[in-house]
Amino acid sequence: MSDSMAMRRSVFDGMTPIRVEGKVTAASLPFAARFVFRGDAKAAAACSKAFGVTLPKTILQAASEDGRSALSLGPDEWLLIARDGEEAGIVAKIEKALAKIPHALVDVCHRNTAFTVTGAQAEALLASGCPLDLHETAFPVGMATRTLFAKADVILWRTGTNAFRVELWRSFVPFVWGILAEASRDF
Amino acid sequence: MSLSLRTAKSGRINRKKPLSFRFDGQLYRAFEGDTLASGLLANGVHLMGRSFKYHRPRGLISAGSEEPNALVGVDRGNGRYTPNLRATQVELHDGLIAESQNSWPSLAYDVGEINNLLSPLFVAGFYYKTFMQPKQAWKNVYEPVIRRAAGLGKAATAADPDHYASRFAHCDVLVIGAGPAGLAAALAAAESGARVILCDEQNELGGSLLAELHATIDGVPAQTWLEQTLAALVAKSDTVTLLPRTQCFGYFAQNFLGLAERVTDHLAQPDPRLPRERLWQVRAKEVVIATGAHERPLVFPDNDRPGIMLADAARIFANRYGVRAGGRAVIATAHDSAYQAAIDLKAAGVTIAMIADLRKEANGPLPMAARAAGIHVETGTAITGSKGRLRVKAALVGKIGTDGEESVPCDLILMCGGWTPSVHLFSQSRGKLVFDEAKQVFVPGHSAQQERSVGACKGSETLIEALNEGFAAGRDAAEKAGFAKGKARKAKVSGVIEAHGGFLGAVPHGHDVNRVKAFVDFQNDVTAKDIKLATREGMHSIEHVKRYTTTGMATDQGKTSNMNALAIAAEALGKAIPAVGLTTFRQPYTPITFGTMAGHSRGDLFDPVRRTPMHGWAKAQGAKFEDVGLWKRAHYFPKAGEDLHAAVARECRIVRETAGLFDASTLGKIEVVGPDAAEFMNRLYTNPWSKLEVGRCRYGLMLNEAGFVMDDGVVGRISANRFHVTTTTGGAARVLNHMEDYLQTEFPELKVALTSTTEQWAVIAVQGPQARAIIATLVEGIDLANEAMPHMSVREGKICGVPTRLFRMSFTGELGFEVNVPADYGQAIWEAIWAEGEKHGAVAYGTEAMHVLRAEKGYIIVGQETDGTVTPHDLGLDWAIGKAKPDFVGKRSLTRVDLVKPDRQQLVGLLTVDSQIVLEEGAQVTLAANPPPGTSALGHVTSAYHSATLGHSIALAMVASGRARIGEVLHVPMPNGAIAVRVCEPIFYDKDGSRLNV
Repeated sequence: MSDSMAMRRSVFDGMTPIRVEGKVTAASLPFAARFVFRGDAKAAAACSKAFGVTLPKTILQAASEDGRSALSLGPDEWLLIARDGEEAGIVAKIEKALAKIPHALVDVCHRNTAFTVTGAQAEALLASGCPLDLHETAFPVGMATRTLFAKADVILWRTGTNAFRVELWRSFVPFVWGILAEASRDF
Repeated sequence: MSLSLRTAKSGRINRKKPLSFRFDGQLYRAFEGDTLASGLLANGVHLMGRSFKYHRPRGLISAGSEEPNALVGVDRGNGRYTPNLRATQVELHDGLIAESQNSWPSLAYDVGEINNLLSPLFVAGFYYKTFMQPKQAWKNVYEPVIRRAAGLGKAATAADPDHYASRFAHCDVLVIGAGPAGLAAALAAAESGARVILCDEQNELGGSLLAELHATIDGVPAQTWLEQTLAALVAKSDTVTLLPRTQCFGYFAQNFLGLAERVTDHLAQPDPRLPRERLWQVRAKEVVIATGAHERPLVFPDNDRPGIMLADAARIFANRYGVRAGGRAVIATAHDSAYQAAIDLKAAGVTIAMIADLRKEANGPLPMAARAAGIHVETGTAITGSKGRLRVKAALVGKIGTDGEESVPCDLILMCGGWTPSVHLFSQSRGKLVFDEAKQVFVPGHSAQQERSVGACKGSETLIEALNEGFAAGRDAAEKAGFAKGKARKAKVSGVIEAHGGFLGAVPHGHDVNRVKAFVDFQNDVTAKDIKLATREGMHSIEHVKRYTTTGMATDQGKTSNMNALAIAAEALGKAIPAVGLTTFRQPYTPITFGTMAGHSRGDLFDPVRRTPMHGWAKAQGAKFEDVGLWKRAHYFPKAGEDLHAAVARECRIVRETAGLFDASTLGKIEVVGPDAAEFMNRLYTNPWSKLEVGRCRYGLMLNEAGFVMDDGVVGRISANRFHVTTTTGGAARVLNHMEDYLQTEFPELKVALTSTTEQWAVIAVQGPQARAIIATLVEGIDLANEAMPHMSVREGKICGVPTRLFRMSFTGELGFEVNVPADYGQAIWEAIWAEGEKHGAVAYGTEAMHVLRAEKGYIIVGQETDGTVTPHDLGLDWAIGKAKPDFVGKRSLTRVDLVKPDRQQLVGLLTVDSQIVLEEGAQVTLAANPPPGTSALGHVTSAYHSATLGHSIALAMVASGRARIGEVLHVPMPNGAIAVRVCEPIFYDKDGSRLNV
């Protein structure tokens, strides 16, 4: 394991942190276990037990328990997030619990990567590339959705009044980071 | 600065902060708060530009964004040059450098003025009439000359060194225009708690109040009310965003509006972190349009001399900027508001020689007040011309109906034909305009979107109307946006005198109409005569008149000219104004920079640049990259002294002799999972999948409904319910969308889910006779022996301790493996395999060698051999069709008459008779060497390379009845003569596939 850890490279390696003192910071997150889970209500209920987080029934909601999160992205789709290294255990537990229930569990630990945007201007910085209304009345804490940031697909999850988590495919990181760095000059 | 031109006091300029600036090299002085226009006027400079077509000397006519004449270039140094700025909108800062345009060698002595004397040649439509013959002259003479003469200002040539910001914004109420109506609307909306954005194109919010000296609002002077109102709005900064210097340039669908904010151009030393401009893309629940009105010029002969301007503009220069635009003014009007200008200017020290009013009588309160102030008023009197060249020297005035004409010496002529509501944004919103017969103006009628107009832009003429309409609109807008109805408000206004009147069309005069120029559209140099000519030549719609004469076109969008042009056309056609119609108002309202539109999307950030996990390694090896979709792919790996050809030849040779490593990470990957996964695959691909064993792979072919090939790729069965599907690099997103579309709309009963895993896996292809030996020492838990893991199989195990999906497959025709590892491990595993490969003498190869290797084997590339009109049969891929399957997407189409015709183009190989000639991809294939013009080609070359392995060139082509022509000699006509080719089977190397199964 230690060997393979040494071989793992984050796509954020070499990227300059984005930080406007007292206003906004964008920082990469550590590796995490991630899965796309697809299934109906019955599958979701079974998965909730196995994963340890109740998969939200309401679309665009996120739920977290004990370091694990489930983001509801569609009527039958959730993004499951857990700590790095928990992958094998999660797969075993969910596949066992859902052996007879139709579902799809797909490992996207390396496809996705994530960063946070925090600070008083977090909403405004994200508004430089995201066409959604990010005002807390329209995009409250706990909301998560697929959206666009400039020309890249991202998943945006509001984790606090001034805190967002952005999940995206790894190859789009330099582009999104570049736009954020440029946009941060405006704060 | 000529102090005599500054008023004693008043104005919003800061007289304690003097500054200097240059115009055409000359140093001038002005004050903070001045615009370039007011600064030049304060120095007695009226000549600011040359007109577009006739190069006539021009001064400014307005004080705002409607300025058609005073277009200048501003040079901010280091390549920061902006042409065609309106001097009335350029805020002065110390050291500003501006220059006039469209003149040579100087503004005062411009050679181009010859056009004015030649003007009989340049009548409306002259392009269409003059440059017809001889035919060749258009390309060689006319067009180059016209292109050189056309256009105004010069574009910057260096890359723009500034950066531009971009924001999306959402609000409950967007208020456009911060004059009294807009301020009242913003205030009312904000009081209800709504999120409000208030934008205004000017540097200060306030609109007409900034030049208002007499009115009181709610018991305080108008400018005090302005201060209080702004303070109230600033106090609500949680919900209210105030954007001065911000033009709303476009009103788009679903209340989406574009705002362009000028952030730093007005600063002498801007913070380099700041963007030059900021684009706001606003989605507003409700919009209040409060864009005011434009004063109309009078169309009289020689109405364009420097020193002739709109009456209210001169009032604004005096009241807001503390500048007298002249010493002795003649005022020509048909509207009461010019009398207010006369009164204010007289108070500011300007001698008013006379007011010539076109109307028979002018007995409203304002004209009476002017008379009471001792101003000489003549009614029933028209202005019929002017004298002077670089500055007006006299006005010609005469009683209407008489031939008499008097020359009145002056250095300033002020004109006022009334007011035109600024309905540009309303029109852009697709609202329907209606003609107000009483006021003789177009005003907003039926709304197409969630908006309302207030104040002068809807034809209201008084301050109290503007305020009360604003209050009501702000309240209404907030309520419609979901907020509790606020309390109704009414303003109390005193000190303003009502003004009415107006005139449309050309002012009557006794001069020869064919010899005078009475300008309608100053920016485009269109005269009353041009418009009449257009109607005589058959242009009966205003849209045709516009295009024939260019009136109302370009950046000006007819702000000052539309109504006069329309009235002249209507009169000439004998129709009512509404019957002639109004032209469409275009975005942008006033020009915006390309930088604002581009925002951050420039250079490397123009589009996402996607790189594979192994990109860094390839770059360090000196790889040349090519763009494939958004991806950067290693094209070839040149060694010192190698060109593309040499590198590719070496890469191909070593792959066939030993082995090569290839980065295949960009191939699309889709995980198809669920109990119905196999059935779903059966329906989406031509091939049968039910019987594919777990651990085996199959080449999959995907058709669209029309039966044409849309994608292909190798598919591995990971478990009974799980397929690992690969797609072409460029087709990844399209294929997933296609699959989702069918799953959701046609096959919702199937229990299967699709997940893109393109970026989950880094893919290292190891191809060549030594491929197995190279990976053997690294792979754990997988028996790589040919019997245990035959060609087209997939295994899960580990490589270097990292989980892998190991495919045995080949796109080269050699023994091959594709090592899939989680992407973050990609580079490390590549390096480990490379280290093993080097021991065997392996090579890293790029996409070009990959293309050659696959072409030698006749493997197609979708999008290269196919063009969306090619069937599996055309490609000789019938074997990939599951004949026993009841259905699959495209199946029915394959039996259409047209798709089974024997003369369809079919994939074949071509060998050039001269084996060293490489054909050109895309070249036509014909029966004869020199077919007569009009002969259809048999097909075209789809791929062509030099094969180092074979020692000759190879090509693939789509040729009509191609398979029946094998052995025939055909031709590929080229500019230097036809190339003879022999048709062969589309496979050039290892026809029995023995190299694959070792």
